[in-house]
Amino acid sequence: MPKQTPEPSRISAENTSATGVLDEQSSPPIASDNGTRKETQKSRVADIDRETLIDIYHQMLLCRRFEEKSAEAYSAGKIGGFCHLYIGQEAVAIGSISAIRKDDYVLTSYREHAHAIAKGMSPESVMAELLGKATGCSKGKGGSMHMFDKEVGFLGGHAIVGGQIPLATGVAFAAKYKGTDQVALCYFGEAAVNQGAFHESLNMAQLWKLPCIYICENNQYGMGTSLQRAMSLHDVSQKAYAYEMASEIVDGMDVLAVREATMRAVERARKQSLPTLLEVRTYRFMGHSMSDPGNYRTRAEIEKHQERDPIKLFSASLKEEGVLSDAQFKEIEEQVKQQVEKALKFAEESPYPDLKELYTDVYASPIEPTNNQGKEDRN
Amino acid sequence: MALLTMREALNQALREEMRRDENVFLMGEEVAEYQGAYKVTKGLLEELGPKRVIDTPITELGFAGLGVGAAMAGLRPIVEFMTFNFSILATDQIINSAAKMLYMSGGQFKIPIVFRGPNGSAFQVSSQHSQALESWFAYFPGLKVVMPSTPADAKGLLKSSIRDDDPVIFMEQERMYGNKGEVPDDPEFTIPLGVADIKREGTDATIIARSLTVPLALKAAELLEKDGVSCEVIDPRTIRPLDINTILDSVKKTNRVVIAEESHPFCGVAAEISSQIAERAFDYLDAPVKRVTGADVPMPYAKNLEDLAIPKVDQIVAAVKEVSYLVSK
Amino acid sequence: MATQVIMPKLSPTMEEGQLSRWLKKEGDKVSMGEPLAEIDTDKATMEMQALGSGVLRKILLPEGSSAPLGQMIGIIGEPEEDISALLSQAGSAPAAKSAEPASGSETSQAKPEAVPAPEAVEKASDNGHHETAPAEPAATGRLIASPLAARMAAESGIDLRSVTGSGPGGRIIKRDVESLMSGKTATSKSHLRAVETPRFQPSTTAASAYRDEPASEMRRTIAKRLVTSLGPVPHFFLTTEIEMDRAAEMRKGINELDPELKISINDIIIKVAAAALMQHPKVNASYQDKAIRYYEQADVGVAVAIEEGLITPIVRAANQKSLSEIAAEIRDLAGRARNRKLKPEEYMGASFSISNLGMFGIDEFTAIINPPEAAILAVGAMSAKPVVKENEVVIRQMMRVTMSCDHRVVDGATGAKFLQTFKKILENPLFLVV
Repeated sequence: MPKQTPEPSRISAENTSATGVLDEQSSPPIASDNGTRKETQKSRVADIDRETLIDIYHQMLLCRRFEEKSAEAYSAGKIGGFCHLYIGQEAVAIGSISAIRKDDYVLTSYREHAHAIAKGMSPESVMAELLGKATGCSKGKGGSMHMFDKEVGFLGGHAIVGGQIPLATGVAFAAKYKGTDQVALCYFGEAAVNQGAFHESLNMAQLWKLPCIYICENNQYGMGTSLQRAMSLHDVSQKAYAYEMASEIVDGMDVLAVREATMRAVERARKQSLPTLLEVRTYRFMGHSMSDPGNYRTRAEIEKHQERDPIKLFSASLKEEGVLSDAQFKEIEEQVKQQVEKALKFAEESPYPDLKELYTDVYASPIEPTNNQGKEDRN
Repeated sequence: MALLTMREALNQALREEMRRDENVFLMGEEVAEYQGAYKVTKGLLEELGPKRVIDTPITELGFAGLGVGAAMAGLRPIVEFMTFNFSILATDQIINSAAKMLYMSGGQFKIPIVFRGPNGSAFQVSSQHSQALESWFAYFPGLKVVMPSTPADAKGLLKSSIRDDDPVIFMEQERMYGNKGEVPDDPEFTIPLGVADIKREGTDATIIARSLTVPLALKAAELLEKDGVSCEVIDPRTIRPLDINTILDSVKKTNRVVIAEESHPFCGVAAEISSQIAERAFDYLDAPVKRVTGADVPMPYAKNLEDLAIPKVDQIVAAVKEVSYLVSK
Repeated sequence: MATQVIMPKLSPTMEEGQLSRWLKKEGDKVSMGEPLAEIDTDKATMEMQALGSGVLRKILLPEGSSAPLGQMIGIIGEPEEDISALLSQAGSAPAAKSAEPASGSETSQAKPEAVPAPEAVEKASDNGHHETAPAEPAATGRLIASPLAARMAAESGIDLRSVTGSGPGGRIIKRDVESLMSGKTATSKSHLRAVETPRFQPSTTAASAYRDEPASEMRRTIAKRLVTSLGPVPHFFLTTEIEMDRAAEMRKGINELDPELKISINDIIIKVAAAALMQHPKVNASYQDKAIRYYEQADVGVAVAIEEGLITPIVRAANQKSLSEIAAEIRDLAGRARNRKLKPEEYMGASFSISNLGMFGIDEFTAIINPPEAAILAVGAMSAKPVVKENEVVIRQMMRVTMSCDHRVVDGATGAKFLQTFKKILENPLFLVV
């Protein structure tokens, strides 16, 4: 790959005082961009067509209700193993995925149900996978942490912290190698930023100019350990400096801010084949997983963040801008409810994998044992 | 046929397969401008260009994972580890990503990737640069593990590995890069994975050897013939999947088995083969299966200690005599 | 003081280097540490630095040539210095010794000084091998048998308790069961250790001097096989005298027709024995403990003396083969037997054997049965003798044969009838074509 010193592109998160999440982490102000950015969610709403806005809202609500239903199913013992819920972070997956094309790629961690649905997978196939059914997106072999759908460009579902970061870098490498203008979105939590895989990947991505967008979903806790207790430099976006990579801090509770920031990164990736690191500051309202007692943070802290619930914020904007009426909100709520019910019903009624599936999909080209060539025993 | 060194045969395989398929690319430390740490990739950059022959930073985890990601998106990467010692850093991506992706995704994402490089003992480079790791990788379903012992096998098996749709761990041996042998010129010459080769036929005892121990086993067989013991030498060539039937056929014929390997004995491939023989050919054994392995210590530096840690011909000879109930001379 | 320039070791795996380019010419000044040449190693092309100062007096390795590590490839010295001694050294030792003995298969296995003593190997690793001396069976009475031996015994209906194991710790192994199957009621471990030094040496009055030569594998096998025969196999012997004139005539006639055939009397004996065996299947048999095994073909083993002992290559289905086929086969087998090139299936598993010591002038002798065969025919020399024929004394070519029989299979009358047939055909070889 021809080497070329990239131009450092440093774009600020705007108006940090407007967002509680950003305030809390007292991120340093960074040079502002060319001033095309909107100040508020409401002002962004005005720039986007109604259909897209409704679709985004619908997706957010669908993911929220889907996760609530999953929690219910988990509690009822229908879902096994780990189940990491996304409630509170919906703006990140849905905002960013709304900014890419269907043929672009998404790779993420084990907290991926919303990303899967946002990328176009049916709630049925995701729920069936959660229940370990043959109709699940991974035929019941992956479960909550390993959703895949080649058709829609959803490349997993990876459960080793940071493991998906080199993979996404490779997917972007392949896009560039083949000369397509596809991009890869790579999601990970802020705890993954401490992993070597993160640093090794960012280095190669900038060195080789790969169209990969690294989206750090900074929800402030790596499992039960706060960012402050695990990271020497709290400002994740600054990690990009080490690689001369463009980076940006984004309000992860504002779905349209995430969408906009992602669009800028996507443009950089498609037009200049350059990577970007987005630090999206968000908060998870539920525990790390369904088995998390949550004793590392206070109820008050959670409630404070819930005031900026991304769905509440977005519905308020939509209402204020007159995009949706109360009746329409209700209608969407009803649709989503039915979608989720239908998904669970589908999953429950689906069969478990056939027992012979245990030994399938281990190898793409399995090698059968050689025959004994009819040799007889000589003894 | 041409008389080639192992490294030349490997180079031919890489060159031919990269010419054949645009989606094949090669990456690793020093593979391009430096021409390969062991010259296996010599001349490839000149012929195939920097897009397809790529020098990486010294970050094994990162570039191994990048290779797996590229394979998910339809390419056929060849990832060179300067030596397999460094693959230890990359095992998360090899094991958790490459080996399991197809299964976890319910069959959607095959990973046609080759991880290759020298494995096993090297020359006086002490513990961290001189070790045999095949049993690590062979442990995992989803991976195929290939270990050639001759230039022809190296070429034919590497070509098959590159064409294979699964992740292949292709383990060469630094001490054998200069070994010479006849190699077919035909660019369509391949050797199927998963098929053992009977390197020498015999009737009295079976020696199972791979990689570095194959020439040692052949030498031992030659010496033993003079004592009237006819040895069959079997080189599985592919460790996973293992061609156990060829091994069992031989055991049923000879009733005696010695397994020679340079790895540590504990949980090694010989232990697995030995167990399968016990399970499937117990009634044909006239003596316990005997292993000749590397010493169960980290590799020492000093020449005399290093020599002591690596299997030797006379150890194989003695082991065969032991299982044949012949008194050692 | 002139300095040798030697092929340096530039990588851990390097064994030889190719001189790709000299950076100095003969006569150029060089100083220590200055690049002197470019060497192509197995890994890379590297610069070699001068290890002495002065003038590059002589280049001994031309560009493009290779030299092993440590070989002198040039000489650095003062302009007027006499370097003839170094030059002659370079001329007389072209392949200077490798600087360091590399191990592994990339080079030869020879590396004398670095190899640890075998005792050290045994002590230092788990892979040391110790001689496996057979021990008494465990006192607990627990039977120890190799899986193969156990299976063979079960299939042959042998009670393992009747077998003494010759393996380590008294383990019963394949050869112990085989011995038993070939007719022995109980093996003893003594014959399995024929290699051991004899305890007693013959003496007259004073102890004689003696030398021990290790018994060859073959001698040990012979010893092992034969004591499983005469002891456990109840032998009896039948002798008869055969008039050989017609057989000799026939041989002469055939060889005159085609000298290439080179039929011998022994070939005729084999053919006749095979024909007789077909008429007397009870002799073409073996005792199998609980069964008598009858063979369909006559696989005739022919004892061939070789330097280390003897071996019995087999003419398979001799009953179906022509004399010329038998002759050719015997020539081939005997030749390869002498060179020790026989495959096991070529000398193991005959149904009947013939041993001929006629060429040594032996008139008659008895042979030991080769188990599990039921009989062996010992053939003596053919010689002219006066014989009474129709009340007249005439001279005939006579030959005495003695058949050893395993009484468990062959009874006296059975053996006698076989010999009768054998004699009849040999005295009238035309029966072969009738």
